[in-house]
Amino acid sequence: MALPPLDSPQWNSPWRAFAWGLRSVTQTILTIVLFATYLGIGALAHDTHFSLLWALCSTLFVWAGPAQIILITTLGSGATIIQSAIAVTVSAIRLFPMVVSVLPLMRTPTTRRRELFFAAHLTAVTLWVECHRFLPQVPRERRIAFVNGLGFGLVSVCLCANTVGFFLAANLTQTLGAAILMLTPLSFLFSTARNSREAADVVALALGVLLYPLAAKMNSGLDILVSGLVAGTIAYGVHWWREVRA
Amino acid sequence: MSYAQLIGDWQALVVLFVAGVIPNQMWRMLGLWFGGGIDEGSELLVWVRAVATAILAGVIAQIVVQPPGALASVPDALRYGAVAAGLVVFLLTRRSIFAGVVTGEVFMLAGKWWLG
Repeated sequence: MALPPLDSPQWNSPWRAFAWGLRSVTQTILTIVLFATYLGIGALAHDTHFSLLWALCSTLFVWAGPAQIILITTLGSGATIIQSAIAVTVSAIRLFPMVVSVLPLMRTPTTRRRELFFAAHLTAVTLWVECHRFLPQVPRERRIAFVNGLGFGLVSVCLCANTVGFFLAANLTQTLGAAILMLTPLSFLFSTARNSREAADVVALALGVLLYPLAAKMNSGLDILVSGLVAGTIAYGVHWWREVRA
Repeated sequence: MSYAQLIGDWQALVVLFVAGVIPNQMWRMLGLWFGGGIDEGSELLVWVRAVATAILAGVIAQIVVQPPGALASVPDALRYGAVAAGLVVFLLTRRSIFAGVVTGEVFMLAGKWWLG
């Protein structure tokens, strides 16, 4: 399936653009990765004694794989609400620059902030990667509708996956469960590496991975924040140094 | 499946919102709020993006180093090896996410099967 050319009458209606976004769910391999990941989250929720409704609400309203895995595993292992909230919020900081960098791709001079609400909510690693791929092929005034369609499709796939995973949980072998949980670090690592444009992005990613085990030795509970601030600031230093030299 | 398994109690949903939805969603809403005012090429945003990428890298490392649930049943060397093998293929295939993910998974499953 190829998207219609930019000047095609197909793009005249926002609903058509929404439908093209919805159909584009079938054009990305990340849909399969998401399906398997959310199957795993459904099974994890079941095994940690959360209800199906709880799992579905977490997908609908949190819509960020790592945050959901962290939330379920911390609450399941007896952490307090505050400890879980801190772990979740640290993992979610990435959403801020992601939203800031993705929204200008679909904004026009007359766009109001509230029109971007759903696009902001739907922004996560998958949508961020796919926006950079699909949006150049979509006329600017139809991009919000297209992204809403794409996001709606991805959320729907994940809600189905949660339900299937929840009911399959008792039958999942440990090996399959392990393979599903391994999808998150692999797909996140390669998605982020693929979207790295500048040297600073690559340095931040590589140093962030390498510094985490060191930071974890301090056992402060803020390990990820510490390693992230140090690695990110060094990466920014690399960017700054290259700019000065250029 | 019982009512408790499917629906559960409302307290758990309150915990979901307080510990999960709000701490996660505030960053998106901040992005929506400030998004209009920040120039995409500004130095502040370059730094914020670098820190956010490094934090995401930390989350990735955490899942591999301190694995949750069933992943803990896989030996350390297999998990690290899976990431390394996936990375090599990802780079060799000119950044194919799919090739990298599949290689990592196959490496881990083959290793687990081989070790018994």
